[in-house]
Amino acid sequence: MSPDFLKLIFGRLTFESLPLHEPIVVGTFVVVALGGVALLGGLTYFRLWGYLWREWFTTVDHKRIGIMYMILGIVMLLRGFADALMMRGQQMLAFGGSEGYLNAHHYDQVFTAHGVIMIFFVAMPLVTGLMNYVVPLQIGARDVSFPFLNNFSFWMTVGGAVLVMASLFIGEFARTGWLAYPPLSNIGYSPDVGVDYYIWALQVAGVGTTLSGINLICTIVKLRCPGMTMMKMPVFTWTSLCTNVLIVASFPVLTVVLALLSLDRYVGTNFFTNDFGGSPMMYVNLIWIWGHPEVYILVLPAFGIFSEVTSTFSGKRLFGYTSMVYATVVITILSYLVWLHHFFTMGSGASVNSFFGITTMIISIPTGAKMFNWLFTMYRGRIRYELPMMWTIAFMLTFVIGGMTGVLLAVPPADFVLHNSLFLIAHFHNVIIGGVVFGAFAGINYWFPKAFGFKLDPFWGKMSFWFWVTGFYLAFMPLYVLGLMGVTRRLRVFEDPSLQIWFVIAAIGALFIFIGILSMLMQFAVSLLKREQLKDVTGDPWDARTLEWATSSPPPDYNFAFTPVVHDNDAWWDMKKRGYQRPLTGFKPIHMPSSTGTGIILAGLATAMGFGLIWYMWWLAAASFIAMLAVGIGHTFNYHRDFDIPAEDIIRTEDSRTKLLAGAR
Amino acid sequence: MTVAVNPSQTGEPLFYLADEHPHPEGWSTALGFWIYLMSDCLIFAILFATYGVLGGNYAAGPAPKDLFDLNLVAVNTSMLLLSSITYGFAMLTMQQNEVAQTQVWLAITGLFGLAFIGIELFEFAHMIHEGATPQRSAFLSAFFTLVGTHGLHVSCGLIWLVTLMVQVQKFGLIEANRRRLMCLSMFWHFLDVVWIGVFTFVYLLGVLR
Repeated sequence: MSPDFLKLIFGRLTFESLPLHEPIVVGTFVVVALGGVALLGGLTYFRLWGYLWREWFTTVDHKRIGIMYMILGIVMLLRGFADALMMRGQQMLAFGGSEGYLNAHHYDQVFTAHGVIMIFFVAMPLVTGLMNYVVPLQIGARDVSFPFLNNFSFWMTVGGAVLVMASLFIGEFARTGWLAYPPLSNIGYSPDVGVDYYIWALQVAGVGTTLSGINLICTIVKLRCPGMTMMKMPVFTWTSLCTNVLIVASFPVLTVVLALLSLDRYVGTNFFTNDFGGSPMMYVNLIWIWGHPEVYILVLPAFGIFSEVTSTFSGKRLFGYTSMVYATVVITILSYLVWLHHFFTMGSGASVNSFFGITTMIISIPTGAKMFNWLFTMYRGRIRYELPMMWTIAFMLTFVIGGMTGVLLAVPPADFVLHNSLFLIAHFHNVIIGGVVFGAFAGINYWFPKAFGFKLDPFWGKMSFWFWVTGFYLAFMPLYVLGLMGVTRRLRVFEDPSLQIWFVIAAIGALFIFIGILSMLMQFAVSLLKREQLKDVTGDPWDARTLEWATSSPPPDYNFAFTPVVHDNDAWWDMKKRGYQRPLTGFKPIHMPSSTGTGIILAGLATAMGFGLIWYMWWLAAASFIAMLAVGIGHTFNYHRDFDIPAEDIIRTEDSRTKLLAGAR
Repeated sequence: MTVAVNPSQTGEPLFYLADEHPHPEGWSTALGFWIYLMSDCLIFAILFATYGVLGGNYAAGPAPKDLFDLNLVAVNTSMLLLSSITYGFAMLTMQQNEVAQTQVWLAITGLFGLAFIGIELFEFAHMIHEGATPQRSAFLSAFFTLVGTHGLHVSCGLIWLVTLMVQVQKFGLIEANRRRLMCLSMFWHFLDVVWIGVFTFVYLLGVLR
């Protein structure tokens, strides 16, 4: 076949694009391929494909979509953490003339992929998954406002993750750092596919995130049950609302800035070039206008989780509900006024730097208010140290340290010394792990019994907790020290042998975290095996306070047989206190949305389009784009998207719960 | 949220509604579409900001004065503004349940939109022919991207318009189709508002500068 023809079909994809010369990548590929074959074989052998397609892939049920988001986040955590282990190993070994075991080409991809995966495909899915699962239950709704869109959003996020994973074995990932600053990320300096993988993975996933943001805002604003005024919403719902407002008000910025970078790379425009009037600084400004709100997108829901957990496990109403809400709103607004603190050193001048330094420091005030609210909630409470509460305590200790180093970095003169150093790396891992990751784990341990009807095993949970927390301190405290000594980020080899000991300690910390992650997987496995012993039939295993605990665990498809009516902030607590009797008769048919395969098909086509664009397979990009239009328009011709659950089905479901409850008593 | 939540007659607090209270179909659509429009507005805001920052960087290439033909732009603007008026007429006839008239007004709107896109493409082709390509300078990159993104939106609106016309023909002015026409209406007028910004900020100020 002629090379021209091959080029037409495969674009710039050739056999040389496969990283066959990288033994580490080949080894990973073999393991992943074997695991994948085993998984697919197992699914086929047990004839699970039909079940998965009908009950999960095409579902529009917010609960199942939430669970799928969590699975995506945990799977990607393993990938992102493998990158972290590789970096820690490399930096521990590359001393005294040793080059370590990762060459520069590979190492640069590893640290870029680590950042991108952890933020976009671990933290975001975990947070979105929890919001998806919990918010409609907390507000007494049957589903989200746009159930089909919810399914589509999830699969778009998966599409982005698939592209990132594909880059491991087909071609390469970006070598630019997780925000891909130009001019390095422009075509002149990064001519390969790495940055294109980065761009299209984020664009595909970004569409999903934006739509999911719109969806959840509408859900919270329009679908609250009677009596739930804004100031009676659970705090997790409030923080979710603010997070989704932030998503809608910041992800379009990311979309535009990545689109402009693609134009520079594909068309040859001059937005971020060094010549013809382009301005790389424009990129840095724009991406941080998205990037700073993004960190609050991640941490606000975590704050909500901690609020729910603290008040539940202290057996008290949350202290300072109103101030908590206002603090959340203030953080939401302020998060737009601080972006420049990410590049104080780029020469904006003293007055601009002081403005952004001061706004940054001001954010610590509402955050501090929250911290005191949690403390006062615990004060004189009857605290039960269950796993969610343990993660919350660990968060409070860790996050305060991270917050204080953050205020330190917000002082522009100090930042000139610490900018781009390992001190910064330690700071943001301190707040993201201490805040978001611990929050997600608190949330998983807290709501798992709601989702599956049995608690998570406490022994392996505690193992995971202690290894994670000590591992975190071992891994990141040395980085503070190294940063203060002037070690910058993203270095592959070191000269000064006196630094090595700190990197060794950090690597040991990473191993501890690894054991923590393994313990968590073990916790899931053991809990599944011991599910009869850990079973909860009441639907309210923690004696909790908000509405999601009023229904069964797992909740029926329709969430609540009757729409609840709310009189108090802690609606379920109020119901329990005032002797609420669960209705046993009078069930009526319930109107619900039907499943559809359109979401997964559209997202699959979008992923194919991204792949075509990455490899210059123009036919593939064009064909999948046209197919997307056709499928999308075709979907609008379907006017029958709902069905009624017949009353008999509801009676059967509710009667079986009545029996269970009677048995438990 | 208008359902009464007072305690029932017996004085017992009411904790659930005995009757199903389904939200009408499309209960959240208007709000959702507004939020989507605002997120789209943010896309244009960033493109405007980029144009604001880079719009003066001609890199020794052509400047707005050398390129813009205000007469052509005036014609183009009137196409878009007229299309908004005719869309308004389509909505009025929709209120009166006149399928045929609604379709006629929608078709006229589509033709105006098509004329707008045609003139814009003509302008672009002319500029590129003169060597004022998007690659020539940061000003031109920002110009083509801002104006082109707007044009792309109008093109999407046209595809949407045709789809809706087919659906109205097939299923009539049912509730779902009315809601969709309403959403497209908001989209169409939104693009008009954005164009006012483009016209003022890019063309008029560009020629003055």
